[in-house]
Amino acid sequence: MKQPLVYLDHAATTPMLPVAVEAMTRQLTGVGNASSLHASGRGARRVVEESRETIAGVIGARPGDVVFTSGGTESDNLALKGIFWSRRAEDPRRTRILSSAIEHHAVLDPLHWLAESDGADVELLPVTSEGVLDLDALRAAVDRDPGSVALISVMWANNEVGSLQPIDEVVALAAEHAIPVHTDAVQALGQVPVDFAASGVDALTFTGHKVGGPYGVGALVVRRDVAVSALVHGGGQERDIRSGTLDVPAIASLAAAVEESVKHQHEHAVRVADLRDDLVRRVVEVVPDAHLHGTPSGPLRLPGNAHIGFPGCEGDSLLMLLDARGIECSTGSACSAGVPQPSHVLLAMGCDDDQARHSLRFSLGHTTTRDDVDRLVEAIGPVVERARAARAR
Amino acid sequence: MGRPLRVVAAMSGGVDSAVAAARAVEAGHEVTGVHLALSRNPASYRSGARGCCTIEDSNDARRAADVIGIPFYVWDLSERFHEDVVEDFMDEYAAGRTPNPCLRCNEKIKFAAVLDRALALGFDAVATGHYARLRTGADGLIEMHRASDHAKDQSYVLGVLDQEQLRHSLFPLGDTDKPAVRREAEARGLLVADKPDSHDICFVADGDNAGWLREKLGDRAPNHGGDIVDATTGERVGSHAGTYAFTIGQRRGLRLGVPAADGKPRFVLDIEPVSGTVTVGPRERLAVDHVSGIRPRWCGTVPERVDGTVQLRAHGAEHRAVVVVAGDHVEIDLLDPAEGIAPGQAAVIYDGTRVVGSATISATRPVVVR
Repeated sequence: MKQPLVYLDHAATTPMLPVAVEAMTRQLTGVGNASSLHASGRGARRVVEESRETIAGVIGARPGDVVFTSGGTESDNLALKGIFWSRRAEDPRRTRILSSAIEHHAVLDPLHWLAESDGADVELLPVTSEGVLDLDALRAAVDRDPGSVALISVMWANNEVGSLQPIDEVVALAAEHAIPVHTDAVQALGQVPVDFAASGVDALTFTGHKVGGPYGVGALVVRRDVAVSALVHGGGQERDIRSGTLDVPAIASLAAAVEESVKHQHEHAVRVADLRDDLVRRVVEVVPDAHLHGTPSGPLRLPGNAHIGFPGCEGDSLLMLLDARGIECSTGSACSAGVPQPSHVLLAMGCDDDQARHSLRFSLGHTTTRDDVDRLVEAIGPVVERARAARAR
Repeated sequence: MGRPLRVVAAMSGGVDSAVAAARAVEAGHEVTGVHLALSRNPASYRSGARGCCTIEDSNDARRAADVIGIPFYVWDLSERFHEDVVEDFMDEYAAGRTPNPCLRCNEKIKFAAVLDRALALGFDAVATGHYARLRTGADGLIEMHRASDHAKDQSYVLGVLDQEQLRHSLFPLGDTDKPAVRREAEARGLLVADKPDSHDICFVADGDNAGWLREKLGDRAPNHGGDIVDATTGERVGSHAGTYAFTIGQRRGLRLGVPAADGKPRFVLDIEPVSGTVTVGPRERLAVDHVSGIRPRWCGTVPERVDGTVQLRAHGAEHRAVVVVAGDHVEIDLLDPAEGIAPGQAAVIYDGTRVVGSATISATRPVVVR
């Protein structure tokens, strides 16, 4: 008898919420291009605008701030390239972009591209051993020549090790010189309180499939007074900075998911953090030298993230052995052409190559139960033992 | 079929390994597909659809695993592969020898690093798409035999496997010919059914061996070039940019300025890596009737003497031979002389269709021309 899957990879993607499925299916049977002028078009447009208002309402933004995109990667690209180009066009001295060494590849790769192909001076600032941006380094980088900084981009919470970043301090620092701040909040929304206006950031990325919405839809929330150059040119549907016929069912579903997940964020976080703490405690009981990476459990860590190092193991072996037992997680390392690379996040935190390869990321979510934790705790001992034997060969 | 095993199917992305994996499943085994990533930077290795090292090959392997319905992972063996196969390949050429990296890969990677990891992780065996047959002999040892399709037989490149490795190996294609494997792939809905065979060395882009070596060997000593000398006259008949571009028995690409006195083509007879001298001469002088080998590897019991046959290069002919084993050396008397035998290649020793073992050719003795 095959046991049900234990899905502990919610940070990769989380199952859709029933309200999101319902909102999507309701719209799938309708017709109407939101740019059309007739009744069907107006109906589609109404769904889009109501969705925009719903999202704005729960994340502390104005509806006009919300620009729908195809998801996190597009939003990050739009923010980084779009704001950089506009800021540099206003003042050619603004060639620097400051960011952190632990950003997601959706931020790092556009930055590398801007540096290589477009003359940007990108500085990836160091982090602490807990995976938190070094604010002194940021301040020093800004103070060196504030007038040349086009943009600062720092993620709200790290996707691998779950450490929350000091966004308030980043914003305060940037405000001294009126430097715009972008944050990738893909992992944060629905997990920790996120209020766009209160945070003071100028642009914020989020995506549907991490909050119980569909794949392929997300948004860049960006203040109206921030100039953003377009990446995708066409009909100019979204504030003239993003073109393409709007995906009405996906947008309706996204709004339903954002509303539901933000509304229940607090109780979700309490429940999931409790399961996570139980998971970490019991895994360490079974494997005494296992240890949590990132910030300690508490207000500075994503509630569902347990990123655990297992000395003497290869993350790949652990993942495969757990997978064979129906337990799904992530090594937390990026795959380059199918070849696992040591995590740039762990390397930036000061781990050596071995440490950067010996970890697993368990990420808990809205469907996670006590039984899932029990199953993992039951399996982890023999799995680690096997992986160690394989490593020792 | 024996008891069901937990099997790692090494899947290159080609048709053979895909069908081998499917057959292992059908035989009742619990199979996990594994693609070996052999290059850290896949784009630097061969592009195109013939290799086993490209991103496309990895995707082909993944899709085959999907169709077969087995789990699939990529294992990163790039460091081991570089150390054990690529470095060795360069060292051998630098020493004026002609290595066969496929044997080395089987010995050190597929049936060593991969097998070790698989066994440690709880698997029982590694299955590959090699064309060779395994059977249990009267003495209870696993015997390896040539494939039934002699044109596709790959027992030569497996001649380095010892009993322990053979005991944990599965070659599900040994009884089948290649066209049948392609038909079976098609029938199973495997999209790689008509993918071309790979022939060249997987880590050498475009099959340009000399170009690859020129770049990789850089300033290493034997790369400095030298004279091409005619063995008959002792005359310098040309020059070259590096001994790595030559192999014993080679005829093409010599670019000799002075024609042979008899007007007949000349072949590479000898490569002297230190002086850089490449000796050429007439075809008759390529013939050898004795081969010495080192680093022997035995599939089963170590023999003292074998009256059998040897194969001296991949896809080469079989030569009747008497093989005498003396510790770490083997001495092979060829009853049928062979031509163009290059040190560094493997001599694989057969008793009928059974592979007895192999050795790396260290020296040859020309037939005395009477």
